[in-house]
Amino acid sequence: MNVREIPAAARPQGVAGGNPRGAAVRVNVEQASYSYTARRHAAPVFTLEATTFQARDRELVAILGPNASGKSTLLRLVAGSIAPLAGRVELDGFETSRLDPRTRAQRIAMVQQESSLVFPARAGDYVLQGRHPHGRSLWFESEEDYIIAGNALVQVGAEHLQDRWMHQLSGGEKQRVVLARALAQQPLVLLLDEPTLHLDIGAQVDLMARLRQLAEQNRYTVIVVTHELSLAAEFADQIVLLHRGKCLRVGPPAAVYQQELLEQVFEAPLEVEIGPAGRPRVLIQGRREEPHG
Amino acid sequence: MRPLTLRRTVWTCVFLAAVLLGVMLLALRLGAVPFSLGDLGENLWWLASGQSERVSTDFRLIMVEIRFPRILLGMLVGAALSVAGAGFQALLRNPLADPYVLGVSSGAAVGAILSMLAAPTFPWITPLAAFLGATATIAGVYFLGRREGQLDSGTLLLAGIISASFLSAIIIFLMTTLASRDIRGMAFWLMGDLSTALPPGLLWIFVVFFFAAAGAIYTTASDLNLLLSGEREAMHLGVDVTRVKLVVYVSASVLTGLAVSVSGAIGYVGLLVPHVIRMCFGSDYRLLIPTAALGGAIAVVFADTLARTVVAPTELPVGAMTAIAGAPVFIYLLRKRLS
Repeated sequence: MNVREIPAAARPQGVAGGNPRGAAVRVNVEQASYSYTARRHAAPVFTLEATTFQARDRELVAILGPNASGKSTLLRLVAGSIAPLAGRVELDGFETSRLDPRTRAQRIAMVQQESSLVFPARAGDYVLQGRHPHGRSLWFESEEDYIIAGNALVQVGAEHLQDRWMHQLSGGEKQRVVLARALAQQPLVLLLDEPTLHLDIGAQVDLMARLRQLAEQNRYTVIVVTHELSLAAEFADQIVLLHRGKCLRVGPPAAVYQQELLEQVFEAPLEVEIGPAGRPRVLIQGRREEPHG
Repeated sequence: MRPLTLRRTVWTCVFLAAVLLGVMLLALRLGAVPFSLGDLGENLWWLASGQSERVSTDFRLIMVEIRFPRILLGMLVGAALSVAGAGFQALLRNPLADPYVLGVSSGAAVGAILSMLAAPTFPWITPLAAFLGATATIAGVYFLGRREGQLDSGTLLLAGIISASFLSAIIIFLMTTLASRDIRGMAFWLMGDLSTALPPGLLWIFVVFFFAAAGAIYTTASDLNLLLSGEREAMHLGVDVTRVKLVVYVSASVLTGLAVSVSGAIGYVGLLVPHVIRMCFGSDYRLLIPTAALGGAIAVVFADTLARTVVAPTELPVGAMTAIAGAPVFIYLLRKRLS
C-alpha cells in the first residue's frame, strides 16, 4: 500500500482545537443523561450521567473513553434514536429525539459499527439508500439522486467500487462505501461509531483525514466515537472524555490529554508529549511497575 | 448500475401478466376432459360476444362453472401467499420466512376450523378467525425466536417449524374429535386444496381485501429495502420502523388468513416465488411486491393444473405439488446460508 499524503486542507488550521471561526452551535448537548435497565423498575445496569458539550459546523468532535464508558450511548442520544432522561440534546434548537424519522435522517447521518445485509447488494445501490429520507413512499430514484450518490462515492474515493458486491469488499473499502451512503443523505451532522475498527493503520489515517476534509468542504459537524487516542489527537477539534458513564473533560486535545488523567481513565501506562503542531501525542510505555504492586 | 425505474417495473409486470395469461389458458385446457385450443377459443369468443346460446353445455359446465373459478381462486391464493412471504421475509429479516414454514398458515387454519365449529351457519367469520389465528401465531413465533433480545434466524425458523407441527396436531385433534361432517377434510387444512369453490360474493370480498393488504405492503416497499439491513440502520435512514413493521405485520397476516380460509395451508409458495423473483429481477421490494404477486398466481395455477392432471382422473392436493417443489429449495437455501 502506498503512503498517502494527507491533503493540506485536511489538517486543522492554526493552533490545535478551539472554535473554528466562531460558527454557531449546531449540536447542543446540555446536561443530558440516560440509563439502561434490564427490567422495568430494576436498578439501572448502566447510567450515562449529565453530559454537556457543543459542536459547531466544520468541527470534528471525538468521543473517547474505555469500553463501557457510555460513548455509544452518547452518540445515540445525539442521533435522537433514544431520548435523554434528563437534559436536552438539540440540533439547531430542535430536540433530536422528537424529530420525525424522515426529517431526522435528512439532517443526521449515522455510520454504525457493523451492518449485515440479508440479500446481496451492489455498492452503488447501497449508496442510493442514503437518498431514502429525501424520497417519498412509492418513489423511484431520480436522475438527481443518482448524481448525488455518484458524487458521494467520488468524495470517499470509491467510485471504482460502484458495481462491486458489498460482501466482497475489504473492510476499508466497505467502510468507505458506508460513509458514502451517509454522505448521500446530505446531512448536517455526521455521526460515526468506531469507524476505524477493523481497519489497518493506513486506512485509519485515510478515513480520519477524509472526515476532516469533509467537515471543511461540506460544512458538516462530525462526531466520532473512537478508541484511537492518537488519531483523535491529530484530527479532532474537540475531545469529549467519558469514563464509567461520567463526562470527565470536554475541550481541545491539548487541554484534555493530560498524562495522569489518561493513565487513570484508560488504566494503561501512557506518555503524552506535545507535537510540533501543538497537538498532543500519546505514547505507550512498557509496564513500569508490577500491576497492583 | 442498472437503475430501477417505474418503467422497468411496469414492463416486468406486463411480461409476467402475459405469462400468467398463458398459464391460465393452459389450465383451462387441461384436465380430466381436455379441450383443444380451437374449441377453447371458439367458445370463449361466443361467450365474450354475447352468443352464449351457441356454447355447449359441456363447455359451460366444465369451464365456466368449475375450471375458471378454480383458476381465479388459485391466482388469488398464490398472489396472497407470495406477497405475505415477501413481507414476512423483510419483517423478520430472514429470506427463509414463509407463512407455512413459520406455522402462520397452520395458526390460521386452527382459527378457521374453530370458527366453523363455533358458528357453522356464518361462513363470513371464517376469514376473520383465520386472520386472528395468523396474527397470534406470528406474534408467538416472533417472541419464541428471540434470544437475548435479538431476533436469531435459526431459532426463529425452529420456533416456526415446531409451532407448525404443534398446530397441525391441534388441527388433527379438532378434526378427529369435534368436526361435524360438513367441515372440509383434514388434507384440506394440512396440505391445501383448491377444489372447493367459493360462493361468488365471497370471492369478490377476497379480491378487495387482497388488493387492500397487498397495496398497504407496497406503500412500504422502499422502507422494506432498508429494513433488511437492520432496524437501527433503517431508522437512521428515515424509516418509521414501528409503523412499517405494524403495517407489514397486519397486512401479511390478512393475506395469510385470506389464503388459508379458502384453500387451507398451501406451503412454500411464499418462500419459492419471492426467491425465484429475486434471482430473476433483483431484490428491490418496489419491484418484488408486484412481481411476486403475479409470480405467485402463476405458480399456484400451474401447480394446481399439474395436481389435476398428473394422476387424472383423481387429483392431488395442490399443497403436495408446492411442497414437492418447495421443500428441496428450502433445504438448499438453508445450507447455502449456513456455509
